[in-house]
Amino acid sequence: MQDREAEWAGLMRAALAGDEGAYRRLLNSLAPVLRASARRGLARAGAGEGDSEDVVQETLLAIHLKRHTWDAARPIGPWVRAIARNKLIDHLRRRSGARADVPIDGFEEILPAETNTPPVETRDVEPYLAKLPVRQRDVVQCILKEDISIRETAVRLKISEGAVRVALHRGLAMIAKGYRRDL
Amino acid sequence: MRTNDLIRAIAADNATRIASVERWLLISLLAATAVSAALFAAMLGPRADIAIASGTFGFWFKFAFTLTLALTAAFLVTRLVRPGADAKLAAVALVAAPLLLAVVVASELTQVAPAMRTAKLVGTTWRSCLTFVPLLSAPILFAALIALRHGAPTRPALAGAAAGLLAGGLGAAVYASYCVEDSAFFLATWYTLAIAIVTSIGSALGARLLRW
Repeated sequence: MQDREAEWAGLMRAALAGDEGAYRRLLNSLAPVLRASARRGLARAGAGEGDSEDVVQETLLAIHLKRHTWDAARPIGPWVRAIARNKLIDHLRRRSGARADVPIDGFEEILPAETNTPPVETRDVEPYLAKLPVRQRDVVQCILKEDISIRETAVRLKISEGAVRVALHRGLAMIAKGYRRDL
Repeated sequence: MRTNDLIRAIAADNATRIASVERWLLISLLAATAVSAALFAAMLGPRADIAIASGTFGFWFKFAFTLTLALTAAFLVTRLVRPGADAKLAAVALVAAPLLLAVVVASELTQVAPAMRTAKLVGTTWRSCLTFVPLLSAPILFAALIALRHGAPTRPALAGAAAGLLAGGLGAAVYASYCVEDSAFFLATWYTLAIAIVTSIGSALGARLLRW
């Protein structure tokens, strides 16, 4: 557990220094752990595990958009757990209609070992993808759905790479906001 | 949306950099305090007897108390915007200003005749204090909440309250050179109440505005 978190911290430091590959490895390493933790948290709260992938994606987006709040001199585990817990609570509140108290005591103590359950596709977020401003939608479509690079996206949409980067960032922030809509 | 696709898109956005919350807080507080000082200059201005008053302990202690409060609240804010960060030390540090005030109130108790105490406590300008301290704190609270939105407070109401305490402390410091009350009794009653009002407004706004 300690080794894993030390590895995450190392990858996050490299990512913050500009290493995109390290960032992808970090997110790929976090995802199965977040998935197991989301399933456990949902089960503990008596909610269906079917939504776990929404929680995973919302947590990954929050980790991304708030990564400047991690203090690189501190362990990364408590930071990840606090975000995962926060997003799980948000999700449960949304599902249960703003019920204030969610029984997930002890959730923050540990992150479980990852499991091999395959991820499912989420549908919650699709309506928000469709509602993004045109440029953000086009850029997100290219990079997220069609898996083409920022440079190729710029060429295809006839805009600068800088404009693609801005639209991508705003698009991701809008998707995260879409998740929060009912709070 | 498949998680693997999302991860690829997030990684592609790695180049985007966001400044630390501390930096946001510093810049927005400087700007907002300048706005608040301009409001102060336009509406109030320093007291007429400032040349004499500035030679007294009571005058300067108002700044010591309010700025200590603001500083310790700022420290707490920087803890509360980081998920999983330990806020215990910052919470303990918050007692510094009240402790300081308690010491000065105790010493004033020994110097002021009992018959005079009530008059000093009530003062003559408490309405002005309760009006202008929240008013001068408003731009600062607004700026602090904007800076906090760049952070990730897991307890939005508490973070909003800390922002309110910070704004109330700074706003009261801006007000202090107009205020003619130099008794610690007045400070302990009306400044504290005015700052408490700003703190509760901060808490209510935080609960609504600081979700992420």
